[in-house]
Order: sequence, then C-alpha cells, then structure tokens
Amino acid sequence: MLALQILVDGFAISALYGLGAVGFTLMFGVCGVLNLAHGGIMVIAALVGWWVAANYGVGPYGGALVGLLAGLAASFITYYAVIRPVQRSRAIPPVEEEIFILTSTLLWGIMLQVGLDYAFTDNPVTMQPLLPGVVRIAGIRVPQNEVLIAVLCWAVIGLLSLLVNRTRIGKQILAASINPRALTLLGFELSHVYLVVWTIYGVLAGLAGVLLASFLGASADNAGALTASAFTIVILGGLGSVPGSLIAAYIVGYAETLTAYLIAPTLRPIPALIILVIVIYIRPQGLLGRR
Amino acid sequence: MKAGTLWRRAAVFLLGLALLTGARAACAADNTPIKIGVIAEESALLGKSIIDGAKLAVADINAKGGVNGHQLELVVYNDHSSAADAVRAYQRAVQEDHVSAVVSTFISEVYLALEPWAARLKMPTITAAAASNLITKQVHDDYDKFKYVFEGWLPAPILAQAVCDSSKDLFVDMLHMKSAAMMSEDADWTTPLDAAQTVCLPKAGLQVVDHIRFNPDTTDFTPIFNKIEGAHPDVIITGIAHVGVQPTVQWHDQHVPIPMGGNSGQATNPEFWKTTNGAADGIITQTGAVPGVALTSRTIPVADEFIKATGKFPAFTGFTAYDDVRSLAEAMQRAGSTDPDKIVAEMEKTKMEGTLGTLAFYGRDDTYTHAMKYGKDFVLGTFMQWQDGKQVCIWPRDKCPNPMKFPDFVKTPEQHAAN
Repeated sequence: MLALQILVDGFAISALYGLGAVGFTLMFGVCGVLNLAHGGIMVIAALVGWWVAANYGVGPYGGALVGLLAGLAASFITYYAVIRPVQRSRAIPPVEEEIFILTSTLLWGIMLQVGLDYAFTDNPVTMQPLLPGVVRIAGIRVPQNEVLIAVLCWAVIGLLSLLVNRTRIGKQILAASINPRALTLLGFELSHVYLVVWTIYGVLAGLAGVLLASFLGASADNAGALTASAFTIVILGGLGSVPGSLIAAYIVGYAETLTAYLIAPTLRPIPALIILVIVIYIRPQGLLGRR
Repeated sequence: MKAGTLWRRAAVFLLGLALLTGARAACAADNTPIKIGVIAEESALLGKSIIDGAKLAVADINAKGGVNGHQLELVVYNDHSSAADAVRAYQRAVQEDHVSAVVSTFISEVYLALEPWAARLKMPTITAAAASNLITKQVHDDYDKFKYVFEGWLPAPILAQAVCDSSKDLFVDMLHMKSAAMMSEDADWTTPLDAAQTVCLPKAGLQVVDHIRFNPDTTDFTPIFNKIEGAHPDVIITGIAHVGVQPTVQWHDQHVPIPMGGNSGQATNPEFWKTTNGAADGIITQTGAVPGVALTSRTIPVADEFIKATGKFPAFTGFTAYDDVRSLAEAMQRAGSTDPDKIVAEMEKTKMEGTLGTLAFYGRDDTYTHAMKYGKDFVLGTFMQWQDGKQVCIWPRDKCPNPMKFPDFVKTPEQHAAN
C-alpha cells in the first residue's frame, strides 16, 4: 500500500517538476538564456490566477486561464524589458552577453519577488482544485486534482513534442538550438524564433505556476526555491536537453517522495542535492547534456 | 552713542534672544511626542495585524490626550521576519530614532535575537505573540539584565495547557475521543509546546499515538498526513504558525478524515478562509478573540474600530499589540516618565482590562517572569472553529456554547462507531 502511495504521489509531483523545467531548459537550449527569474514568473501566474478567482468569481478554470495569461505576459515583459536590451546593447561585448543576461534575470527575479511580496504578501495561497474530490486507486485515496495535474502535464509535454518535431516552426526552433547562424544564413529571422520560444516558455511556466498553486500552494517567497528546483533538474538532466530534464524531474521527484515517506519529511530536499553533486562530479554535462 | 550703552544694549538683546530660544526649546520639549517602535513583518498576516493594532492603540491614546501631555508617535520598521533585519531595526529605533519602548514580532526566533539588545540598550520591549519559553526563562534567570523584556502573549507551555484544557472539554467529553497525533512545525515555540502537550494531553484523556515535527519550508504534506493516518488517532493536534494555508488545503483536498485542532496561528486571521478557498472549514485553533464574543467590555468596541480602520477583523496579534501599547502607555503615565527602569517597574504592576481579559504579567519569582498571566481571572484565550466562512467561538464553553461542525469527509469516533 505504501509503495503504491509513493508511486502515485511521486508520479504527480515529478510531472509538475518536469513541466516547470521543460520551458526553462528549452529557453537555454534555443536562446542561450538561463532565466533566473523563472520562479518569479511561475509565482506571478499562481498569484494572479488565485487573486482573480478569489475576487471576481470566475471559478477555478477562469482563474487558471487568467493565471496562465499572466505568466505569458510576464514572459514577454522579461524578454522585451530585460533580455532584448542586453542582447542589443553595443556596450556589452558578445563574450560577456551570457553573464549579463544571467545577472539581469537574477536581479529581475528579485524585483519580481519583492514586488509580489508587496502586492500579495508572502503568505501562501492555493487555487481551488480544477477537479475537486478524491478517487480510490487500488485502495489508496488520491485527490482527483492530483491525477488531473499529472495528466495535464504529460498532455502539454506531448503537445510540445509534437510542435517541435512535426511543425515548420518547431523545426526552426530545433535548428536554432543546433546552429543559429546557419538558420540566419538560410533567411530565417532568428528574433522571430526567439519570440516563439518565449511564447512557449510563458505558456509552460504559467501553466506550471497555476497547477502548482492548486496542488501545493504558492507564495512570493517560493520564487527563489522554484528557480533553484528547475535549475537543479536542468543541470542534472543536462543543460538544453528536454528529455534529460524530464528524466531528471522524475529522479528528483521520486528521491524526494521516497525520503519524505521512508525517512523524514524534513529531509525531503537533501537526496536530490546529493544526486546533483554526484552527477556534477562524475558527468559534468548532466545525464543527457551535449556539452 | 556711548560704547558702554552699546554693549549694554547688545547684552540685553543677546540675553533676550537666549531666553526666547530657551523658551521655544522648552515649548518644543513639552510638545515632543513619545515615540514607540513597532518591529514586524508588514507582508505577513500576523505581522500586519501587529502594526494595525499598535496604530489603533496610539490613535485611541492620543485622542484622549496622550501620555503625560505628550502625544504618542509610532515608528514602524519592517523586519521581513529576519532576525538580522529586526536587530538592525531595533538598533536604529533606539539609537537614532530615540524610541521609548518597542512592540515587536510574532516570531520567537526573531524576538530571542532582540532580547540581548533590549538588555544591553535598557529598552522596555514587548512581543505581541512570540511564545517560546526561552524568552521568559532568560528574564527569570538573570532578572537584573533582562528585566526590560516582556511577553504580551501566553508562553508555549501555557498555550499547551490551554490546548489540553480545551481538548478535555471539546474532544474527550463532547466527541468521546481517546487518542491524538501531534503535528508541529520545527520552531522555537513548538519545542516547549510539544513537550508540555506530551505530558498534559494524556492527563486530559488523549493518548498521544504519533508525534511529527516538520520543516516550516515543507510544501507537500501528503506523506505527513499519510503517516498520521497510519497511527489512527482520533484528532490531530497542530502546532503551526509559520505554515498554515498549505497543510489546511491539503488536509481538505486529500479528505484526511481526522479533525484538526490545537494551534494554527494563520487560521486566526479572517483572511484565512479566502486564502484557503474555504478549505479551512472545520479547522479548530486557539486564538485571542472571535467576532461577536465580548471577552471584556473592550473586545467588541476595539474589534469594531479595527473593522472601521482596516476593513476586517484582526488576527489575535492585532488585539495583543493593541493591549501591549496601552500597557506601555499606562506604565509611562503612572511613572510620569519615559525612564526605562521606571517603565519596567510600572509594567510589572499592570492590571488593566485588556481586549482579551485582564492583562497582568508574571513577577520576578514566577517561572514565566514577565509573560502574560493565564487563567480565568486574567487571559484564558479562546478556541474557535471555521464554520461556513465564519470564525465561531467554541471554548471556553461558558462563554461559547456553540456546537462544533466538521466537513463530511471528517469522521469522529461516534461516526466511526456508527459505520
């Protein structure tokens, strides 16, 4: 019974981790941006969605939709107000661009966290479950919302896979991740591809934020931890590798769940960090990283 | 004009100028407000209520003429619930802003960091809610050094006693429960709370079948509830304040069939229903005051003032901060001075009608020196339950005879027996 409980809970939390990390790694793989404001964008989606649902009676789905749109808007603002000015600046040498972007997103993330703290307080909020009630799976009680979250996460990851592998724009994204210069020489507008990636990223981060808020709750204080969690998963899976991130999400999710159930809930984050240190030591490029 | 006359006139002019300046300075000194510092986290539900409570008390005192002819002035500092920020704010309050007393934080770890500074800077300081017994232990063990420190809420072992007293009436006598699991965040205030509850719950008739302490950063409570369910307790006794929303929502969403009671600091805030989307339904917690219940003649008028000023009923820290400022102001009034030692001496004599009961502090020889006195003749605290979006008072039974109500997924021993 306990094994089944661990299996079910670990699957749901890992799916959510995976969804949160996929956009983060896609962004690095294609645009070369390590977005340290990632957690802040997820929390914006969560808090705005909760606030609208709580104050305007739009229901859990209406709140989730507004939250998702807020995540998308935050993604665009990050791109146009933080990333593009750095990329276009002539004062910043190209070799230093990455470190400037890293610093800019870090500072932007702090600004988002402080702003959210001011606007919403740092008390956690939870969105209404998209599917209330519980279901019994082989004798164990599982919230239906948890099942829906796992299904939704995998459905969205599947759609992303279809988009990248089966559509024209998806192939442009793949090409941009492999050789952006060649793509430009073939006449494609790289900034257009980047904008599409930021759109996909915004949807993924917004959805992950909204689902997180209806599953575990979210607060402004979580922004840093969410970025760190995505960062850990992406480093473990290999920077820029979407399949690597998904595998890493499940390793981290199950390591945490096993620890919480079998050892102590307090020690939950420890094993993932130990695994990360071991992987960095033995295989610095991560599980499926190219470099 | 003769030189001597000129000098005489100049001397008279300078003398007049000096007298005038002195007189103006004296006038200014007469009108100088007495500053009281408030150190709390503005963006936390309990911290915001501390600030609001202190503001309201200052406004009420000033409306009645202030203290010894001086108006009170509040200086608010945001400590972000960080000990380092709180210490910096405290130093600034005392050394730069020259406050005469400080009302501070609801977090024991933060207040314990301020305690040595209160002793060093000889500044009367009171917490609106920090409950660790280490606070008063230091005052008791080294009175001359730490006598400036007061605790404006019940210390954790006394909170535990109140939990056991109420559990006897509510859970054992009324719901025929026999066992409990304790679930507490790992914090300074819950260590003595849990230790005391481990002793007094069995005496009240509840055998403790499980005891879980968890990191306040915990977000997923599923494994914790799962483990507790495995121990088959009749009730979960919580000791939480840093967390609140997440365990409550997950308890509700996962349909954990065991009632939750005890201490849930965030659940005392009227916004809790909204932040949990109604998942708070059925949650029981110890609190200061509950809407509509007059613990003293001051409870309801002050609550009404709060609602008028902030739009909502305060968390319990709003009431304690209000009473803390009043007790300090009355001590200054009686002392006729803002001298720290005189204020402390008068604070020790405090026996005033507060919003939660008669406010007084334990003395030098008592175990909990300078903590708020507990009991039917002083402050007893109340227990409330969230029912259909309202905070309903359920204990003490003589003041609150309302029945308990639980959501459908919760099963009491009687319902278990019926099934």
